[in-house]
Amino acid sequence: MSDIEIEIDGKPLKAKPNSMVIQVADEAGIYIPRFCYHKELSVAANCRMCLVEMEKSPKAVPACATPIMPGMKIFTRSPKALAAQKAVMEFLLINHPLDCPICDQGGECELQDLSLGYGSANSYFTFGKRSVADEDIGPLIETEMTRCIQCTRCVRFGDEIAGLRELGATGRGEHMEIGTYVQHAIHSEVSGNIIDLCPVGALTSKPFRYTARAWELNQFPSIAPHDCLGTNIHVHTRTGKVMRVVSRENKETNGTWIADRERYSYLGLYHGDRLTKPMIREHGVWKDTDWQTALEFAVKGLQDVIHQDGAEQVGALATPNSTTEEFFLLQKIMRQLGSSNIDHRLRQIDFSDQDSFSLFPELEVPIADLENCSTFLLVGSNLQKEQPLAAISVRKATLKGASVFAVNMMDYRFNFKVADKKIAAPHEFVFALSGIAKAFLPELSELSDVLVTEQDRLIAERLRAGEKTVILLGALALNHPQAALIRWLAHHIAKASHGAFGILTEGGNASGAWLSGAVPHRAAGGDSLQQAGMDAQTMLQQARQAYLLLNVEPEFDCANPRMTIEALEAAKFVVSLSVFKSPALERFANVILPVGPFTETAGTLVNAAGQWQSFRGVANAYEESRPAWKVLRVMGNLFHLQGFDYESAEEVLQELKLLLKQSPAHAKEFKGTKVKKPGNFLSRIGEIPIYAIDGLTRRAEALQATQSIIEGDLAAVRVHSKTVEELGLRSLDVAKVQQNGCEIRLPVIIDDRVPLRAAYIAGGIKATQDLGELLGPVEISV
Amino acid sequence: MQRFIRFIKDFSFLDLLTGLGLTGRYLFKRKVTVQYPEEKTPQSPRFRGIHALRRYSNGEERCIACKLCEAVCPALAITIEAEPREDGSRRTTLYDIDLFKCVYCGMCEEACPVDAIVLTRNHDYHFENRGENILTKEKLLAIGDKYEGQIAADRAEDEKYR
Repeated sequence: MSDIEIEIDGKPLKAKPNSMVIQVADEAGIYIPRFCYHKELSVAANCRMCLVEMEKSPKAVPACATPIMPGMKIFTRSPKALAAQKAVMEFLLINHPLDCPICDQGGECELQDLSLGYGSANSYFTFGKRSVADEDIGPLIETEMTRCIQCTRCVRFGDEIAGLRELGATGRGEHMEIGTYVQHAIHSEVSGNIIDLCPVGALTSKPFRYTARAWELNQFPSIAPHDCLGTNIHVHTRTGKVMRVVSRENKETNGTWIADRERYSYLGLYHGDRLTKPMIREHGVWKDTDWQTALEFAVKGLQDVIHQDGAEQVGALATPNSTTEEFFLLQKIMRQLGSSNIDHRLRQIDFSDQDSFSLFPELEVPIADLENCSTFLLVGSNLQKEQPLAAISVRKATLKGASVFAVNMMDYRFNFKVADKKIAAPHEFVFALSGIAKAFLPELSELSDVLVTEQDRLIAERLRAGEKTVILLGALALNHPQAALIRWLAHHIAKASHGAFGILTEGGNASGAWLSGAVPHRAAGGDSLQQAGMDAQTMLQQARQAYLLLNVEPEFDCANPRMTIEALEAAKFVVSLSVFKSPALERFANVILPVGPFTETAGTLVNAAGQWQSFRGVANAYEESRPAWKVLRVMGNLFHLQGFDYESAEEVLQELKLLLKQSPAHAKEFKGTKVKKPGNFLSRIGEIPIYAIDGLTRRAEALQATQSIIEGDLAAVRVHSKTVEELGLRSLDVAKVQQNGCEIRLPVIIDDRVPLRAAYIAGGIKATQDLGELLGPVEISV
Repeated sequence: MQRFIRFIKDFSFLDLLTGLGLTGRYLFKRKVTVQYPEEKTPQSPRFRGIHALRRYSNGEERCIACKLCEAVCPALAITIEAEPREDGSRRTTLYDIDLFKCVYCGMCEEACPVDAIVLTRNHDYHFENRGENILTKEKLLAIGDKYEGQIAADRAEDEKYR
C-alpha cells in the first residue's frame, strides 16, 4: 500500500497506513507527551496524556490510538491540545504522592518531567489522596504502589513480552490497583525491564534503592558478558564505581530489553571476595606483594616447569566470558612458549568433531531474525534460562504462529507454547534425537539400531514443512558426553529440513575464543594447526605440571569439578588471573593476579551470530587489580616474547582482525558414529542454574536470592516420583549421592519434570562442587 | 600669588586645624564601635552562619537524603551517601560539608524540602587542626540540637515572607 500524507503541526509527513499518529510524530521528531504508550507494547490508550487536536474533530484525540488517515491535520501544541494535556496532568497528579525527594525515580521521572512541561503549577484538589498497600515482589524490584498512575506498561510487558501474567490490574477507576495475582516473587528472568518501563517511581530497583540519584550518575555503553547474545547495556557509575545497569537498545542483538542477569550481575562487582593485591605463595604461606614481584614470580615458575618438563606440560584454561583480546594474548603467550594446550570450553567433554566447525560455532540466523522463524527445534536447551532474550524472540515468533519442538533432558516449562517434546535422560538423549533424524534420513547406516516412533515422524514432518526452520543447540547438548554425535544429528536434521543449525554457546564470548585461537586446534584467525594441543578435558585427564588460568573457578566452571581440582592441586605451578578469590583457588594456586571484570577493562565480545562489539572500561580499577589484557601483555614482555608491545586493547584487536582476513573458512562437515541403544542406569542432569553460570552472577546476592525463590532448593536431588519409588526413597529423605568415587548427601525432592532414569543435580553451586561429571552416571541410595 | 597664599597657610597651621576640627567633632559624637566579643551587632533572622541539621520534635532527623542540597551547591561543598535504614526509610550514611569550600550562599537551605539543612546565626568558629573544616553528620546534628530554639524562632519569623 502506498504511503499516506498527513500534516502534524503544519509539517507535511508521509507514513505507512495503519500507523498511529504518535508513531509518525516520533519518527518526525515531534514530541507528544505520553505515559502508557511504548513502542514495543500494545496500545492501551488509558493515560490520555497524548491527547492532540485533530482538525474536524470536536474533541482532542489520543495520538497513540488514532490511526492516520489521508489529509489528517494534527496539532500537538495548539491551545486546545495544551488545555487537554494540562487537564489530564492535573487528574494524574490528584492521587500521586508528592514524595519526589525520597523517590528513587526523582530526577529521571517521566511524570516529573511532563508535569513541569505540561502541567499546572497548582492544584484545585483539596481532598485526601488515596494510598495503596505495597507488595513484596521479590529481591529485585521495589514497589511503592501509591505512586502508580495505572499506565499498565508493566502488565502489558508481562503479558505480551515475558509471557507470564504476573502483574495485573484489579478494580476500576479510583480503586484500580496494580498487583501480583499470586503474591509471590516475580518468576520471570526478564522482570527487571518493568523498572525501565515504569514512568514513575512505583517500580524501582531494590538493590539500587536510595543509593544514588539519576543526576549523579555517568552513563557508559557496554556489553554484558553473561550469554552469547551480546546484550547491550548502559552502565551507570558514580565516582568511578558501578551503581547500576540499565538496558541499551540495539535492534541487532537484544532489542529493547535486557535480562535480569545482565541487569543485576553488577551486584557481584564489589563483593568481599574481590582480590585487592597480587598474591604469591611461598613455602605454603600466602602473602600480598606488588605487581612486579608477582609477575616475575609467575613467569619464573612457568619457565622452571618449561625447562624441566617441556612446554607441553603447561596448560591454559580461560572462562568463556573473557574478552577476545584476553583470549588472543593468552594463546599468543602459550603458542610462543611452545604449547597449544589452551581451551575455553570448560564444561564440554566431547571434542571429537572440533575440526568440523567453520570459524566458530555459529548461530546461523541473525539474532534479530529469530522472531521471524517459523519452526524451532530446541535440542538440550533450557532456552528461557540460558538465553532469556532469545526465549522472548522465540515467544514472539510463536505468537505469530511459529511452532516449537523440544528434545530435552528435562521437561522445562517455557514461556512459549511447545508443540511437541521428547524428554529423555542424558544417556538416552542421543537415541531420542536419532529417532527424529532417522525419520528424515532412514538410509543412514549409523542409525540402523534406532526405532522411529509416530511422534518422531510427526515432528520431522512439521520441521520439514516449516518455512524457516531453526535447530537450536543449548548448553546441555554441548556439554553432553556425546556432543559430537548430537551436533552431527542436529546438523543433519537442519540440512534435511532446509533450516539453520544454531549453536547457543555458554558464556559471553565463545565465538571470540574460537576466532582468537583460544582453542587447541586452531590458531588465531581460525587456521588449523598441524599439531593440535590438548583440549580442556585432556589436559586435566592427563594432568599437566603447570596451569595458567584466566578467571576460572574450577569448582563451579568445569565439566568435572573434582577431577579439575585434583589436577590443579597436583600441578607444580599454577598461575591464576582472577577477579575473585575462593578457598579452592588458595589451595591450588601459586600466584594469584587480580584482574578486572568487564566493567574495568576494554575489550571486545563476539556473540553467537558473529557480531563484534567492543566496549571500554567504565569504572575505576578496584584496589590494585588491572585489566587482564595488560597483565598478559606484561607477562609476554617478561617471557621476552615477540610482539607484546601493545599500547591499547584496540591494537590487539587490529592484529587479530588482520589475521582473520587471511584465514580460510573451514567446511562445516560433521561426522557421525553408530548410535547404540542406551544402557539402563541412572544419570545426572548437571544443569548450571540461571544465576550460577559465572563468578560475577554467583556473587550477586539479589540474584542468588531470586534463584532460590524461582528454582527452589538447588542443593537437592530432583527425581521423578516413579524413580523415587524404584530407589526406595521418600520425599525429603537425605540420600547418598555417589559419583566417580565421591559421595555427598543431598535431600530428595520429587519433580516430575525429570525423566525416568535421571536425577537432576545442579552444577555450579557449592553443595555439589565435590561431585564429578555434570552429565555422567550417578548412584543414589538411602 | 599662589605661592604666597600657600606660605601663609603653611605657617598658620590652617590644614592642621581643619583636620583637628573633624577629629574634634567625632570626639563628641555618639560612638558606633562595638566591643566584640563582649558586644555584638544585631543580626537578621536570615543570617547565614555555620550549618546545622535539624531534627523533628520527636528526635527523628529530618534529612531524607534527597541530595537536592548536594546538587544545588555551587561550590560542591556537600557530599552525601545514602542507603535504606533498617526500618526501610531513606537516610544518609554520610553528610559532609567542607567549610573551606562553602560560600555560605544558603542555596542548600533553599533547596531542602524538609528544612533539614539550615544556616544558623553562629559565625564565630575556628579550626585548630587539619580536617576540622569537614562538618560531619554528627557535628551538624549536634549544632542543630544546640541552636534548635533559635533556628525554629528564626524560621517562624521569616515564614510570612516565604
